[in-house]
Amino acid sequence: MKKHQLVCIVCPMGCHIEVEKNKDEYIVTGNKCPRGKAYGVKELTNPTRVVTTTVKIKGGLLNRLPVKTKEAIPKDKIFECMKFIDSIEVEAPVSVGDIIAKDILGTGVDLVASRSM
Amino acid sequence: MKYDIVVIGGGPAGLAAAIEAKKNGVDNILVIERDRELGGILQQCIHNGFGLHVFKEELTGPEYAEKFITELKNMGIEYKLDTMVLEIGENKVISAINTVDGFMSIKAGAVILAMGCRERTRGAINIPGTRPAGVFTAGTAQRFVNMEGYMVGKRVVILGSGDIGLIMARRMTLEGAKVLAVAELMPFSGGLTRNIVQCLEDYDIPLFLSHTLVEIKGKDRVEGVVIAKVDENRKPIKGTEKHYDCDTLLLSVGLIPENELSKNAGIKLDSITSGPIVNESMETSIEGVFACGNVVHVHDLVDFVTAESKRAGKNAARYIKKEIKSEGKTAKTKPGDGIRYIVPHMVRPENVEDTLDLFMRVDNVYKDMEMVVKVDGKEIKRMKKKHLAPGEMESVKIKKEDLVFGEDAIITVHLEKEGA
Ligand SMILES: Cc1cc2nc3c(=O)[nH]c(=O)nc-3n(C[C@H](O)[C@H](O)[C@H](O)COP(=O)(O)OP(=O)(O)OC[C@H]3O[C@@H](n4cnc5c(N)ncnc54)[C@H](O)[C@@H]3O)c2cc1C
Ligand code: SF4
Repeated sequence: MKKHQLVCIVCPMGCHIEVEKNKDEYIVTGNKCPRGKAYGVKELTNPTRVVTTTVKIKGGLLNRLPVKTKEAIPKDKIFECMKFIDSIEVEAPVSVGDIIAKDILGTGVDLVASRSM
Repeated sequence: MKYDIVVIGGGPAGLAAAIEAKKNGVDNILVIERDRELGGILQQCIHNGFGLHVFKEELTGPEYAEKFITELKNMGIEYKLDTMVLEIGENKVISAINTVDGFMSIKAGAVILAMGCRERTRGAINIPGTRPAGVFTAGTAQRFVNMEGYMVGKRVVILGSGDIGLIMARRMTLEGAKVLAVAELMPFSGGLTRNIVQCLEDYDIPLFLSHTLVEIKGKDRVEGVVIAKVDENRKPIKGTEKHYDCDTLLLSVGLIPENELSKNAGIKLDSITSGPIVNESMETSIEGVFACGNVVHVHDLVDFVTAESKRAGKNAARYIKKEIKSEGKTAKTKPGDGIRYIVPHMVRPENVEDTLDLFMRVDNVYKDMEMVVKVDGKEIKRMKKKHLAPGEMESVKIKKEDLVFGEDAIITVHLEKEGA
Protein backbone atom coordinates (compact mmCIF):
# COMPACT_ATOMS: atom_id res chain seq x y z
CA MET A 1 0.00 0.00 0.00
CA LYS A 2 1.70 3.11 -1.20
CA LYS A 3 0.86 6.44 0.33
CA HIS A 4 0.86 9.38 -2.06
CA GLN A 5 1.42 12.85 -0.69
CA LEU A 6 -0.33 15.41 -2.86
CA VAL A 7 -1.27 19.04 -2.71
CA CYS A 8 -4.88 19.53 -3.66
CA ILE A 9 -5.02 22.14 -6.44
CA VAL A 10 -8.78 22.41 -6.68
CA CYS A 11 -8.88 25.61 -4.67
CA PRO A 12 -6.30 28.03 -3.30
CA MET A 13 -6.41 26.48 0.18
CA GLY A 14 -3.92 23.98 -1.21
CA CYS A 15 -4.61 21.26 1.34
CA HIS A 16 -1.82 18.73 1.83
CA ILE A 17 -3.59 15.46 1.24
CA GLU A 18 -2.63 11.82 1.43
CA VAL A 19 -4.04 9.18 -0.85
CA GLU A 20 -3.72 5.53 0.00
CA LYS A 21 -4.87 2.63 -2.14
CA ASN A 22 -6.55 -0.08 -0.13
CA LYS A 23 -7.46 -2.93 -2.47
CA ASP A 24 -9.81 -1.22 -4.90
CA GLU A 25 -10.60 1.67 -2.68
CA TYR A 26 -8.77 4.94 -2.39
CA ILE A 27 -8.60 6.50 1.05
CA VAL A 28 -8.00 10.23 1.07
CA THR A 29 -7.06 12.15 4.20
CA GLY A 30 -6.10 15.76 4.92
CA ASN A 31 -8.69 17.23 2.57
CA LYS A 32 -10.83 20.01 4.00
CA CYS A 33 -13.71 19.34 1.64
CA PRO A 34 -15.14 16.58 -0.59
CA ARG A 35 -13.65 18.08 -3.75
CA GLY A 36 -10.23 17.25 -2.36
CA LYS A 37 -11.15 13.60 -2.11
CA ALA A 38 -12.34 13.51 -5.71
CA TYR A 39 -9.15 15.27 -6.78
CA GLY A 40 -6.93 12.83 -4.93
CA VAL A 41 -8.50 9.82 -6.58
CA LYS A 42 -8.54 11.42 -10.01
CA GLU A 43 -4.94 12.56 -9.79
CA LEU A 44 -3.85 8.94 -9.37
CA THR A 45 -6.21 7.47 -11.95
CA ASN A 46 -6.75 10.07 -14.68
CA PRO A 47 -5.17 13.46 -14.01
CA THR A 48 -6.87 16.33 -15.81
CA ARG A 49 -6.42 20.10 -16.04
CA VAL A 50 -8.42 23.04 -17.30
CA VAL A 51 -6.42 24.77 -20.03
CA THR A 52 -6.60 28.55 -20.22
CA THR A 53 -5.01 30.38 -23.12
CA THR A 54 -5.85 32.89 -25.83
CA VAL A 55 -6.88 32.88 -29.49
CA LYS A 56 -6.41 35.51 -32.17
CA ILE A 57 -9.26 37.96 -32.43
CA LYS A 58 -9.98 40.44 -35.22
CA GLY A 59 -11.76 43.70 -34.63
CA GLY A 60 -11.57 43.56 -30.83
CA LEU A 61 -10.20 45.95 -28.24
CA LEU A 62 -7.20 43.63 -27.83
CA ASN A 63 -5.28 41.29 -30.14
CA ARG A 64 -6.01 38.21 -28.08
CA LEU A 65 -9.23 36.77 -26.70
CA PRO A 66 -8.85 34.71 -23.51
CA VAL A 67 -10.39 31.22 -23.73
CA LYS A 68 -10.62 28.13 -21.53
CA THR A 69 -11.62 24.52 -21.81
CA LYS A 70 -15.05 24.35 -20.24
CA GLU A 71 -14.04 21.27 -18.26
CA ALA A 72 -10.70 19.75 -17.41
CA ILE A 73 -9.09 17.71 -20.17
CA PRO A 74 -6.60 14.85 -19.73
CA LYS A 75 -3.24 16.21 -18.71
CA ASP A 76 -1.37 14.40 -21.48
CA LYS A 77 -3.46 16.16 -24.13
CA ILE A 78 -2.53 19.68 -23.07
CA PHE A 79 0.14 20.34 -25.68
CA GLU A 80 -1.85 18.78 -28.49
CA CYS A 81 -4.73 20.98 -27.42
CA MET A 82 -2.53 24.10 -27.44
CA LYS A 83 -1.40 23.27 -30.95
CA PHE A 84 -4.96 22.99 -32.12
CA ILE A 85 -6.00 26.23 -30.39
CA ASP A 86 -3.12 28.02 -32.09
CA SER A 87 -4.85 27.70 -35.46
CA ILE A 88 -8.07 29.39 -34.32
CA GLU A 89 -8.95 32.94 -35.20
CA VAL A 90 -12.24 34.60 -34.25
CA GLU A 91 -13.91 37.89 -34.99
CA ALA A 92 -15.38 40.37 -32.51
CA PRO A 93 -17.94 40.68 -31.04
CA VAL A 94 -17.73 37.66 -28.76
CA SER A 95 -19.59 37.14 -25.48
CA VAL A 96 -18.22 35.44 -22.42
CA GLY A 97 -19.18 31.76 -22.54
CA ASP A 98 -19.50 31.62 -26.36
CA ILE A 99 -18.27 28.31 -27.76
CA ILE A 100 -15.10 28.92 -29.75
CA ALA A 101 -14.48 25.28 -30.67
CA LYS A 102 -16.68 22.25 -29.98
CA ASP A 103 -15.43 18.95 -28.56
CA ILE A 104 -11.71 19.64 -28.88
CA LEU A 105 -9.63 16.61 -29.82
CA GLY A 106 -12.57 14.35 -29.13
CA THR A 107 -12.37 15.00 -25.42
CA GLY A 108 -16.03 15.97 -25.29
CA VAL A 109 -14.96 19.32 -23.87
CA ASP A 110 -15.71 22.65 -25.56
CA LEU A 111 -13.42 25.64 -25.75
CA VAL A 112 -15.25 28.79 -24.59
CA ALA A 113 -14.51 32.51 -24.51
CA SER A 114 -13.61 33.75 -21.05
CA ARG A 115 -14.52 37.37 -21.68
CA SER A 116 -16.68 39.48 -23.92
CA MET A 117 -14.98 41.58 -26.51
CA MET B 1 -18.08 68.25 -10.35
CA LYS B 2 -19.41 66.80 -7.14
CA TYR B 3 -19.98 63.22 -6.07
CA ASP B 4 -20.89 61.56 -2.79
CA ILE B 5 -18.29 58.87 -3.33
CA VAL B 6 -15.33 58.86 -5.71
CA VAL B 7 -13.54 55.54 -6.19
CA ILE B 8 -9.98 55.74 -7.51
CA GLY B 9 -9.14 52.61 -9.51
CA GLY B 10 -11.49 50.36 -11.48
CA GLY B 11 -9.97 46.97 -10.61
CA PRO B 12 -11.86 44.35 -8.62
CA ALA B 13 -11.41 46.39 -5.43
CA GLY B 14 -12.84 49.60 -6.87
CA LEU B 15 -15.70 47.80 -8.62
CA ALA B 16 -16.78 45.85 -5.53
CA ALA B 17 -16.55 48.94 -3.34
CA ALA B 18 -18.63 51.05 -5.72
CA ILE B 19 -21.29 48.36 -6.10
CA GLU B 20 -21.55 47.84 -2.36
CA ALA B 21 -21.76 51.58 -1.67
CA LYS B 22 -24.64 51.86 -4.12
CA LYS B 23 -26.39 48.85 -2.55
CA ASN B 24 -26.13 50.71 0.74
CA GLY B 25 -28.09 53.66 -0.48
CA VAL B 26 -25.60 56.08 -2.04
CA ASP B 27 -26.43 56.95 -5.65
CA ASN B 28 -23.99 59.59 -6.63
CA ILE B 29 -20.81 57.54 -7.24
CA LEU B 30 -17.94 57.94 -9.72
CA VAL B 31 -15.25 55.35 -10.50
CA ILE B 32 -12.06 56.70 -12.08
CA GLU B 33 -9.78 54.33 -14.02
CA ARG B 34 -6.60 55.25 -15.87
CA ASP B 35 -6.64 52.19 -18.13
CA ARG B 36 -8.74 51.84 -21.32
CA GLU B 37 -11.12 49.42 -19.65
CA LEU B 38 -12.35 48.36 -16.22
CA GLY B 39 -11.17 45.21 -14.48
CA GLY B 40 -7.65 46.11 -13.40
CA ILE B 41 -4.98 43.43 -13.32
CA LEU B 42 -7.57 40.67 -13.69
CA GLN B 43 -7.90 41.30 -17.43
CA GLN B 44 -4.40 39.94 -17.96
CA CYS B 45 -4.77 37.00 -15.53
CA ILE B 46 -6.39 34.62 -18.00
CA HIS B 47 -5.77 31.52 -15.86
CA ASN B 48 -8.53 30.09 -13.70
CA GLY B 49 -8.83 29.85 -9.95
CA PHE B 50 -10.64 33.07 -9.22
CA GLY B 51 -13.87 33.39 -7.32
CA LEU B 52 -14.15 30.07 -5.54
CA HIS B 53 -15.25 31.78 -2.35
CA VAL B 54 -17.42 34.48 -3.89
CA PHE B 55 -19.09 32.61 -6.75
CA LYS B 56 -18.43 28.97 -5.74
CA GLU B 57 -17.02 28.29 -9.17
CA GLU B 58 -13.64 28.50 -10.72
CA LEU B 59 -13.38 31.52 -13.00
CA THR B 60 -10.61 33.09 -15.00
CA GLY B 61 -9.56 36.66 -14.19
CA PRO B 62 -11.47 38.25 -17.09
CA GLU B 63 -14.61 36.24 -16.25
CA TYR B 64 -14.44 37.36 -12.64
CA ALA B 65 -13.93 40.97 -13.66
CA GLU B 66 -16.74 40.82 -16.18
CA LYS B 67 -19.28 39.78 -13.54
CA PHE B 68 -18.50 42.92 -11.57
CA ILE B 69 -18.28 45.18 -14.61
CA THR B 70 -21.70 44.00 -15.77
CA GLU B 71 -23.19 44.54 -12.32
CA LEU B 72 -21.68 48.02 -12.09
CA LYS B 73 -23.07 48.98 -15.48
CA ASN B 74 -26.48 47.51 -14.73
CA MET B 75 -26.64 49.56 -11.56
CA GLY B 76 -25.92 52.69 -13.55
CA ILE B 77 -22.79 53.61 -11.62
CA GLU B 78 -20.80 56.28 -13.46
CA TYR B 79 -17.20 55.65 -14.48
CA LYS B 80 -14.50 57.41 -16.43
CA LEU B 81 -11.86 55.45 -18.35
CA ASP B 82 -8.47 56.68 -19.59
CA THR B 83 -8.59 59.07 -16.67
CA MET B 84 -5.71 59.54 -14.28
CA VAL B 85 -6.11 60.84 -10.76
CA LEU B 86 -3.24 63.20 -10.07
CA GLU B 87 -3.88 64.33 -6.55
CA ILE B 88 -6.15 64.06 -3.56
CA GLY B 89 -6.20 67.56 -2.14
CA GLU B 90 -7.63 69.27 0.93
CA ASN B 91 -11.27 68.58 1.81
CA LYS B 92 -11.37 65.58 -0.51
CA VAL B 93 -11.04 67.55 -3.73
CA ILE B 94 -9.62 65.22 -6.37
CA SER B 95 -7.65 66.41 -9.40
CA ALA B 96 -7.90 64.17 -12.42
CA ILE B 97 -7.11 64.46 -16.10
CA ASN B 98 -8.11 62.85 -19.40
CA THR B 99 -8.16 63.79 -23.07
CA VAL B 100 -11.91 64.42 -23.26
CA ASP B 101 -12.67 66.50 -20.17
CA GLY B 102 -9.15 67.87 -19.68
CA PHE B 103 -8.27 68.79 -16.12
CA MET B 104 -10.99 68.17 -13.56
CA SER B 105 -11.53 69.14 -9.96
CA ILE B 106 -13.92 66.73 -8.32
CA LYS B 107 -15.32 67.29 -4.86
CA ALA B 108 -16.01 64.04 -3.06
CA GLY B 109 -18.01 63.39 0.08
CA ALA B 110 -15.97 60.25 0.63
CA VAL B 111 -13.04 58.77 -1.28
CA ILE B 112 -12.23 55.10 -1.77
CA LEU B 113 -8.64 54.33 -2.68
CA ALA B 114 -8.41 51.22 -4.87
CA MET B 115 -5.28 51.82 -6.92
CA GLY B 116 -3.92 48.30 -6.60
CA CYS B 117 -0.23 47.55 -6.63
CA ARG B 118 2.69 47.46 -9.01
CA GLU B 119 5.55 45.08 -9.50
CA ARG B 120 9.00 45.56 -8.11
CA THR B 121 11.35 46.02 -11.02
CA ARG B 122 14.97 45.31 -11.73
CA GLY B 123 15.91 48.59 -10.07
CA ALA B 124 14.40 47.46 -6.78
CA ILE B 125 16.67 44.45 -6.45
CA ASN B 126 19.99 45.75 -7.77
CA ILE B 127 20.86 43.15 -10.38
CA PRO B 128 24.42 43.57 -11.55
CA GLY B 129 25.44 43.51 -15.21
CA THR B 130 24.54 45.20 -18.46
CA ARG B 131 21.00 46.20 -19.41
CA PRO B 132 20.10 44.16 -22.44
CA ALA B 133 16.60 43.70 -23.87
CA GLY B 134 14.78 40.62 -22.68
CA VAL B 135 14.40 41.47 -19.00
CA PHE B 136 10.74 41.85 -18.06
CA THR B 137 8.70 41.84 -14.91
CA ALA B 138 6.45 38.78 -15.00
CA GLY B 139 3.31 40.93 -15.03
CA THR B 140 4.49 42.95 -18.01
CA ALA B 141 5.23 39.74 -19.87
CA GLN B 142 1.77 38.50 -18.88
CA ARG B 143 0.17 41.57 -20.41
CA PHE B 144 2.20 41.23 -23.62
CA VAL B 145 1.42 37.55 -24.07
CA ASN B 146 -2.20 37.46 -22.91
CA MET B 147 -3.59 40.76 -24.15
CA GLU B 148 -1.37 42.26 -26.82
CA GLY B 149 -0.38 38.97 -28.41
CA TYR B 150 3.42 39.27 -28.34
CA MET B 151 5.61 36.42 -27.23
CA VAL B 152 8.46 37.71 -25.08
CA GLY B 153 11.06 34.95 -25.49
CA LYS B 154 11.95 31.34 -26.21
CA ARG B 155 14.32 30.27 -23.48
CA VAL B 156 13.38 31.70 -20.16
CA VAL B 157 14.71 31.91 -16.62
CA ILE B 158 12.44 33.27 -13.91
CA LEU B 159 13.70 35.03 -10.84
CA GLY B 160 11.36 34.88 -7.88
CA SER B 161 8.66 32.35 -7.18
CA GLY B 162 5.68 34.59 -6.46
CA ASP B 163 2.39 33.51 -7.99
CA ILE B 164 2.77 35.66 -11.06
CA GLY B 165 6.18 34.15 -11.78
CA LEU B 166 4.86 30.61 -11.32
CA ILE B 167 1.86 31.25 -13.51
CA MET B 168 4.05 32.76 -16.21
CA ALA B 169 6.32 29.71 -16.09
CA ARG B 170 3.36 27.60 -17.14
CA ARG B 171 2.05 30.17 -19.58
CA MET B 172 5.37 30.49 -21.41
CA THR B 173 5.70 26.69 -21.53
CA LEU B 174 2.23 26.29 -23.03
CA GLU B 175 3.10 28.91 -25.64
CA GLY B 176 6.11 26.88 -26.71
CA ALA B 177 8.94 28.47 -24.75
CA LYS B 178 11.37 26.48 -22.64
CA VAL B 179 11.45 27.59 -19.02
CA LEU B 180 14.85 26.49 -17.77
CA ALA B 181 14.56 27.33 -14.10
CA VAL B 182 12.84 29.35 -11.42
CA ALA B 183 15.25 30.75 -8.83
CA GLU B 184 14.00 31.89 -5.44
CA LEU B 185 16.11 33.80 -2.93
CA MET B 186 14.22 32.60 0.13
CA PRO B 187 14.25 29.01 1.40
CA PHE B 188 10.51 28.84 0.58
CA SER B 189 8.36 29.91 -2.34
CA GLY B 190 6.38 33.12 -2.15
CA GLY B 191 3.57 31.59 -4.16
CA LEU B 192 0.62 29.34 -3.38
CA THR B 193 1.53 25.67 -3.05
CA ARG B 194 -1.09 24.78 -5.62
CA ASN B 195 0.70 26.96 -8.14
CA ILE B 196 4.00 25.20 -7.52
CA VAL B 197 2.22 21.93 -8.25
CA GLN B 198 0.21 22.92 -11.30
CA CYS B 199 2.63 25.41 -12.86
CA LEU B 200 6.07 23.92 -12.16
CA GLU B 201 5.73 20.24 -11.22
CA ASP B 202 3.21 19.56 -13.99
CA TYR B 203 5.78 20.73 -16.53
CA ASP B 204 8.98 19.52 -14.85
CA ILE B 205 10.29 23.04 -14.35
CA PRO B 206 12.97 23.06 -11.66
CA LEU B 207 12.59 25.39 -8.67
CA PHE B 208 15.82 26.36 -6.93
CA LEU B 209 15.16 27.69 -3.44
CA SER B 210 17.83 29.79 -1.68
CA HIS B 211 19.22 30.82 -5.07
CA THR B 212 19.73 34.20 -6.64
CA LEU B 213 20.80 35.77 -9.87
CA VAL B 214 24.44 36.80 -9.97
CA GLU B 215 24.93 37.80 -13.59
CA ILE B 216 23.05 38.71 -16.74
CA LYS B 217 25.03 38.09 -19.92
CA GLY B 218 24.51 39.81 -23.24
CA LYS B 219 24.71 43.36 -24.48
CA ASP B 220 21.78 44.03 -26.81
CA ARG B 221 19.69 41.00 -25.86
CA VAL B 222 19.95 38.65 -22.91
CA GLU B 223 22.24 35.76 -23.88
CA GLY B 224 22.38 33.96 -20.60
CA VAL B 225 22.17 34.25 -16.85
CA VAL B 226 24.07 32.84 -13.92
CA ILE B 227 22.36 31.86 -10.72
CA ALA B 228 24.00 30.72 -7.50
CA LYS B 229 23.02 29.30 -4.14
CA VAL B 230 22.96 31.74 -1.24
CA ASP B 231 24.04 31.27 2.36
CA GLU B 232 21.93 32.12 5.39
CA ASN B 233 22.80 35.81 4.95
CA ARG B 234 21.50 35.60 1.37
CA LYS B 235 24.99 36.10 -0.05
CA PRO B 236 25.88 34.01 -3.14
CA ILE B 237 28.13 31.04 -2.37
CA LYS B 238 31.17 30.79 -4.65
CA GLY B 239 31.37 27.61 -6.69
CA THR B 240 27.62 27.01 -6.80
CA GLU B 241 27.02 28.98 -10.01
CA LYS B 242 24.76 27.51 -12.67
CA HIS B 243 24.87 28.93 -16.21
CA TYR B 244 21.82 29.06 -18.43
CA ASP B 245 21.71 30.03 -22.09
CA CYS B 246 18.52 32.00 -22.35
CA ASP B 247 17.10 35.00 -24.18
CA THR B 248 14.67 36.15 -21.53
CA LEU B 249 14.65 36.82 -17.80
CA LEU B 250 11.36 37.33 -16.01
CA LEU B 251 11.33 39.01 -12.63
CA SER B 252 8.68 38.06 -10.12
CA VAL B 253 10.16 39.69 -7.10
CA GLY B 254 7.20 41.11 -5.31
CA LEU B 255 4.47 43.67 -5.47
CA ILE B 256 4.24 47.06 -3.81
CA PRO B 257 0.96 48.85 -3.08
CA GLU B 258 0.62 51.89 -5.33
CA ASN B 259 0.47 54.70 -2.76
CA GLU B 260 1.95 57.82 -4.30
CA LEU B 261 -1.46 59.49 -4.18
CA SER B 262 -2.03 58.46 -0.57
CA LYS B 263 1.43 59.61 0.50
CA ASN B 264 1.02 63.02 -1.11
CA ALA B 265 -2.37 63.38 0.53
CA GLY B 266 -0.69 62.90 3.92
CA ILE B 267 -2.25 59.52 4.65
CA LYS B 268 -0.27 57.49 7.20
CA LEU B 269 1.27 54.34 5.77
CA ASP B 270 2.36 51.11 7.46
CA SER B 271 6.07 50.51 6.84
CA ILE B 272 5.56 46.74 6.54
CA THR B 273 2.58 46.56 4.19
CA SER B 274 3.47 49.86 2.39
CA GLY B 275 -0.26 50.51 2.45
CA PRO B 276 -2.39 52.92 4.48
CA ILE B 277 -3.03 52.31 8.15
CA VAL B 278 -6.73 51.48 8.32
CA ASN B 279 -9.37 50.86 10.95
CA GLU B 280 -12.18 48.29 11.11
CA SER B 281 -14.16 50.30 8.55
CA MET B 282 -11.19 50.39 6.12
CA GLU B 283 -10.92 54.11 6.79
CA THR B 284 -7.43 55.64 6.55
CA SER B 285 -5.89 58.27 8.82
CA ILE B 286 -7.86 60.92 6.91
CA GLU B 287 -11.52 60.87 7.89
CA GLY B 288 -13.79 59.88 5.01
CA VAL B 289 -10.97 58.44 2.92
CA PHE B 290 -11.27 54.65 2.71
CA ALA B 291 -8.96 52.11 1.09
CA CYS B 292 -9.27 48.51 -0.09
CA GLY B 293 -7.62 45.82 -2.14
CA ASN B 294 -3.98 45.68 -3.05
CA VAL B 295 -3.43 49.33 -2.28
CA VAL B 296 -3.78 48.39 1.42
CA HIS B 297 -1.76 45.17 1.39
CA VAL B 298 -0.95 42.71 -1.34
CA HIS B 299 -3.58 39.98 -1.48
CA ASP B 300 -2.97 36.63 -3.09
CA LEU B 301 -6.65 35.91 -3.62
CA VAL B 302 -9.03 38.23 -5.33
CA ASP B 303 -11.87 36.85 -3.19
CA PHE B 304 -10.28 38.46 -0.16
CA VAL B 305 -9.96 41.68 -2.14
CA THR B 306 -13.67 41.56 -2.91
CA ALA B 307 -14.67 40.91 0.71
CA GLU B 308 -12.47 43.71 1.99
CA SER B 309 -13.65 46.12 -0.69
CA LYS B 310 -17.30 45.46 0.06
CA ARG B 311 -16.55 46.45 3.62
CA ALA B 312 -14.88 49.67 2.42
CA GLY B 313 -17.79 50.46 0.10
CA LYS B 314 -20.40 49.82 2.73
CA ASN B 315 -18.59 51.94 5.29
CA ALA B 316 -18.05 54.79 2.86
CA ALA B 317 -21.83 54.76 2.38
CA ARG B 318 -22.35 54.72 6.15
CA TYR B 319 -19.92 57.63 6.42
CA ILE B 320 -21.95 59.63 3.89
CA LYS B 321 -25.07 58.82 5.88
CA LYS B 322 -23.23 59.81 9.08
CA GLU B 323 -23.63 56.35 10.60
CA ILE B 324 -20.01 55.75 11.57
CA LYS B 325 -19.20 56.38 15.19
CA SER B 326 -15.83 58.00 15.70
CA GLU B 327 -15.92 58.27 19.48
CA GLY B 328 -15.70 55.30 21.85
CA LYS B 329 -12.88 52.91 22.61
CA THR B 330 -10.24 51.97 20.09
CA ALA B 331 -7.89 48.99 20.19
CA LYS B 332 -4.74 48.60 18.17
CA THR B 333 -3.81 45.32 16.52
CA LYS B 334 -0.30 44.07 17.03
CA PRO B 335 1.45 41.18 15.29
CA GLY B 336 3.03 38.79 17.81
CA ASP B 337 5.51 35.93 17.33
CA GLY B 338 5.48 34.57 13.82
CA ILE B 339 3.11 37.19 12.40
CA ARG B 340 4.42 39.90 10.09
CA TYR B 341 1.50 42.26 9.92
CA ILE B 342 -2.20 42.55 10.67
CA VAL B 343 -4.85 44.53 8.78
CA PRO B 344 -6.82 46.44 10.03
CA HIS B 345 -4.50 48.30 12.39
CA MET B 346 -7.19 49.79 14.62
CA VAL B 347 -10.56 48.57 15.81
CA ARG B 348 -13.51 50.50 17.18
CA PRO B 349 -15.94 47.79 18.31
CA GLU B 350 -18.93 50.14 18.03
CA ASN B 351 -18.62 49.98 14.25
CA VAL B 352 -18.18 46.22 14.02
CA GLU B 353 -21.38 44.53 12.89
CA ASP B 354 -21.26 40.83 13.79
CA THR B 355 -17.68 39.81 13.33
CA LEU B 356 -14.34 41.47 12.79
CA ASP B 357 -12.06 39.93 10.16
CA LEU B 358 -8.34 40.27 10.73
CA PHE B 359 -6.04 39.56 7.80
CA MET B 360 -2.39 38.70 8.29
CA ARG B 361 0.70 37.08 6.93
CA VAL B 362 3.14 34.86 8.77
CA ASP B 363 6.88 35.54 8.57
CA ASN B 364 8.11 32.05 7.72
CA VAL B 365 6.98 28.56 6.77
CA TYR B 366 5.54 26.74 9.80
CA LYS B 367 4.07 23.31 10.42
CA ASP B 368 1.67 22.18 13.17
CA MET B 369 1.21 25.47 14.94
CA GLU B 370 -1.54 27.09 16.93
CA MET B 371 -2.65 30.59 16.13
CA VAL B 372 -3.70 32.44 19.27
CA VAL B 373 -5.77 35.62 19.40
CA LYS B 374 -5.78 37.78 22.53
CA VAL B 375 -7.92 40.81 23.18
CA ASP B 376 -6.61 43.07 25.94
CA GLY B 377 -4.47 40.21 27.26
CA LYS B 378 -7.30 37.68 27.33
CA GLU B 379 -7.17 34.68 25.02
CA ILE B 380 -10.32 34.51 22.93
CA LYS B 381 -9.42 32.13 20.17
CA ARG B 382 -6.98 29.36 19.39
CA MET B 383 -6.81 27.61 16.04
CA LYS B 384 -4.76 24.64 14.88
CA LYS B 385 -2.81 25.27 11.68
CA LYS B 386 -1.17 22.37 9.91
CA HIS B 387 0.66 24.47 7.38
CA LEU B 388 1.45 28.19 7.30
CA ALA B 389 3.43 30.08 4.67
CA PRO B 390 4.11 33.76 3.98
CA GLY B 391 2.65 33.37 0.49
CA GLU B 392 -0.77 32.43 1.86
CA MET B 393 -2.74 35.08 3.66
CA GLU B 394 -4.40 34.01 6.89
CA SER B 395 -7.60 35.42 8.31
CA VAL B 396 -9.26 35.27 11.70
CA LYS B 397 -12.85 36.07 12.59
CA ILE B 398 -13.52 37.64 15.96
CA LYS B 399 -17.05 37.85 17.34
CA LYS B 400 -18.28 41.27 18.28
CA GLU B 401 -19.03 40.13 21.83
CA ASP B 402 -15.37 39.21 22.28
CA LEU B 403 -14.35 42.77 21.56
CA VAL B 404 -14.60 44.09 25.10
CA PHE B 405 -11.62 45.98 26.41
CA GLY B 406 -10.38 48.91 28.45
CA GLU B 407 -8.49 52.00 27.34
CA ASP B 408 -5.42 51.58 25.09
CA ALA B 409 -6.13 47.92 24.53
CA ILE B 410 -4.20 45.74 22.15
CA ILE B 411 -5.43 42.84 20.02
CA THR B 412 -2.61 40.42 19.33
CA VAL B 413 -2.21 37.35 17.19
CA HIS B 414 0.75 35.05 17.61
CA LEU B 415 1.90 31.54 16.79
CA GLU B 416 2.70 28.80 19.28
CA LYS B 417 4.08 25.37 18.60
CA GLU B 418 1.23 22.91 18.86
CA GLY B 419 1.03 21.35 22.30
CA ALA B 420 3.71 23.65 23.70
C1 LIG C 1 0.72 41.15 -12.51
C2 LIG C 1 -0.23 40.70 -11.44
C3 LIG C 1 -0.81 39.41 -11.52
C4 LIG C 1 -1.69 38.97 -10.53
N1 LIG C 1 -2.21 37.71 -10.63
C5 LIG C 1 -3.14 37.31 -9.71
C6 LIG C 1 -3.77 36.06 -9.82
O1 LIG C 1 -3.44 35.29 -10.71
N2 LIG C 1 -4.73 35.70 -8.92
C7 LIG C 1 -5.13 36.54 -7.92
O2 LIG C 1 -6.06 36.20 -7.16
N3 LIG C 1 -4.51 37.71 -7.79
C8 LIG C 1 -3.53 38.11 -8.65
N4 LIG C 1 -2.91 39.30 -8.49
C9 LIG C 1 -3.29 40.08 -7.36
C10 LIG C 1 -4.38 40.96 -7.90
O3 LIG C 1 -3.81 42.22 -8.08
C11 LIG C 1 -5.59 41.02 -7.03
O4 LIG C 1 -6.20 39.76 -6.95
C12 LIG C 1 -6.60 42.03 -7.53
O5 LIG C 1 -6.52 42.25 -8.92
C13 LIG C 1 -6.37 43.29 -6.81
O6 LIG C 1 -7.39 44.16 -7.12
P1 LIG C 1 -7.24 45.70 -6.97
O7 LIG C 1 -8.50 46.27 -7.49
O8 LIG C 1 -6.81 46.02 -5.59
O9 LIG C 1 -6.01 46.11 -7.90
P2 LIG C 1 -5.87 46.18 -9.48
O10 LIG C 1 -6.52 45.05 -10.15
O11 LIG C 1 -4.42 46.39 -9.71
O12 LIG C 1 -6.66 47.51 -9.89
C14 LIG C 1 -6.22 48.80 -9.60
C15 LIG C 1 -6.70 49.74 -10.67
O13 LIG C 1 -6.45 51.09 -10.29
C16 LIG C 1 -6.05 51.82 -11.41
N5 LIG C 1 -5.30 53.00 -10.96
C17 LIG C 1 -4.16 53.03 -10.23
N6 LIG C 1 -3.77 54.30 -10.02
C18 LIG C 1 -4.69 55.10 -10.61
C19 LIG C 1 -4.84 56.52 -10.74
N7 LIG C 1 -3.96 57.36 -10.20
N8 LIG C 1 -5.90 57.01 -11.42
C20 LIG C 1 -6.80 56.14 -11.96
N9 LIG C 1 -6.72 54.81 -11.88
C21 LIG C 1 -5.67 54.29 -11.21
C22 LIG C 1 -5.22 50.83 -12.19
O14 LIG C 1 -5.13 51.16 -13.56
C23 LIG C 1 -5.97 49.51 -11.98
O15 LIG C 1 -6.92 49.25 -12.98
C24 LIG C 1 -2.01 39.78 -9.45
C25 LIG C 1 -1.43 41.05 -9.37
C26 LIG C 1 -0.54 41.51 -10.33
C27 LIG C 1 0.08 42.88 -10.19
S1 SF4 D 1 -9.49 19.76 -0.24
FE1 SF4 D 1 -11.12 21.24 -0.63
S2 SF4 D 1 -10.49 23.02 0.60
FE2 SF4 D 1 -8.68 21.72 0.41
S3 SF4 D 1 -7.58 22.53 -1.41
FE3 SF4 D 1 -8.90 20.86 -2.09
S4 SF4 D 1 -10.76 21.88 -2.77
FE4 SF4 D 1 -9.67 23.32 -1.47
